[in-house]
Amino acid sequence: MNADELPPKQKGSGAGLLPILNQPGSRRTAMKAAGVALGLTAFGKAISPLWSIPENVSVDEFLQQHYKELSDDDKKKIFARLESETKEELGVDVTISDPPPIPGVHFGYAINLSKCNGNGKCMEACNKENNHDRGTDQSYIRVLEMSKGSMDMEEGNTTYDHTVPQDDKFYMPVQCQQCDNPPCVTVCPVEATWKEADGIVVVDYNWCIGCRYCEAACPYHARRFNWQAPEIPPQEVNPNQGYLSNRIRPQGTMEKCHFCLHRTREGRLPACLEACPTGARVFGDLNDPDSDINWVLKNKRVYVLKEELGTRPSFFYFFDS
Amino acid sequence: MAEDGDTHEKKFAVTIRRPAGPPRVDTGLTDLQGNRVTVACSTCHSTRKPDFENKSPADLKEFHSELKFSHGNVSCLSCHNDKNYDSLKLADGRQIEFTEVMTLCAQCHGPQKVAYDHGAHGGMAGHWDLTRGERIRNNCVDCHQAHAPQFPLMRPTFKPKDRFLEPSRTDH
Repeated sequence: MNADELPPKQKGSGAGLLPILNQPGSRRTAMKAAGVALGLTAFGKAISPLWSIPENVSVDEFLQQHYKELSDDDKKKIFARLESETKEELGVDVTISDPPPIPGVHFGYAINLSKCNGNGKCMEACNKENNHDRGTDQSYIRVLEMSKGSMDMEEGNTTYDHTVPQDDKFYMPVQCQQCDNPPCVTVCPVEATWKEADGIVVVDYNWCIGCRYCEAACPYHARRFNWQAPEIPPQEVNPNQGYLSNRIRPQGTMEKCHFCLHRTREGRLPACLEACPTGARVFGDLNDPDSDINWVLKNKRVYVLKEELGTRPSFFYFFDS
Repeated sequence: MAEDGDTHEKKFAVTIRRPAGPPRVDTGLTDLQGNRVTVACSTCHSTRKPDFENKSPADLKEFHSELKFSHGNVSCLSCHNDKNYDSLKLADGRQIEFTEVMTLCAQCHGPQKVAYDHGAHGGMAGHWDLTRGERIRNNCVDCHQAHAPQFPLMRPTFKPKDRFLEPSRTDH
């Protein structure tokens, strides 16, 4: 047997070495090298937005940490920056704060469906209080016109345009139910939304990446997406603003009802409750056994929306009889 | 210690709005300054004898006959005081002032009054937390017209324009 006739693998030096180190330059290795180079280029291209800051984002904003990681000093600077941006863009003096949850308080909200007549004043109050876009008349509340006998909110109609209430209908306002087991929080890939100690689910508008997973996850259709930055006439801007609530949101972020936390954490009633001309809304502390909300839960026929999903809302609906 | 306890317990007031007082009736006349002339109920009723046969405005031949009335089976003098028309009267005949109208309504509307006392009936404004601020509440006649108390029909004036408000684009 001639050595030239040996199979290629047995050729060459030292049988103990790994064959790959021993191989002469071949088409395969050239392809590998090209592949690595191509991969690195593609990766570099993919993360290239990270090397430059988008035009509409300041350096400070780009480098801003998650709300929960901010020190009091950081917050002071950020709130001042946001206030000056509003001053610059709209010429309005606003105050941004972040009132913390009141220790021991868990907020609850209930609506009397025997009283609600679908007039929609709550939606309007929400729009004004929370600096929503005026072009689309955005609101955290949707009032659904429902056929009597049905509790299926997916069958509700929001486009009704006639005097209310109609005899064969009832009216059900739906907003964030502030679930104790919130699906929107679970799905957020960047933890930009979370549940606070008083039960309110909040959003860090500067941390949100706008993927809209939470909007898809919410069974109450309670989350809204800012397709564009809200447009508000300067004289209509509500200057009392919360960092986690009604400050003017940037484009491309999610938002939702926050029980007017800039009001309610200071002891005040939510704007939608004060606006309701039928007195259908009851708000208070679920942990206080003597609160109005607890009287309703103990004495009225109460139900929660889509109870079977196990979201455990802090929001309730009830009837007079 | 006692002081600490007091500050903790200190609560702000819940103020229930009240009617201004006995109504004034428009005579349809104007004075020399052009102001409308209004009179107290007693201006006419002190000289006219009460007639218990009159149950509703439809029974009246002059004055008040155009008044829209739709309030169950009660008659005028169920609530109006035949002894003093500038006040009202309870079912047991005791006089009660117009400003205390809620006590009068509560005689028949017990469940509503119970719900009201627990903040589950009637609009309000101010604070849910009375240790931090006051609350102002409506009274019965702020929302209910005494002679036709059913809450009026309303026309919605505000509609957000979001995708849930668009009619569905397909028929499937």
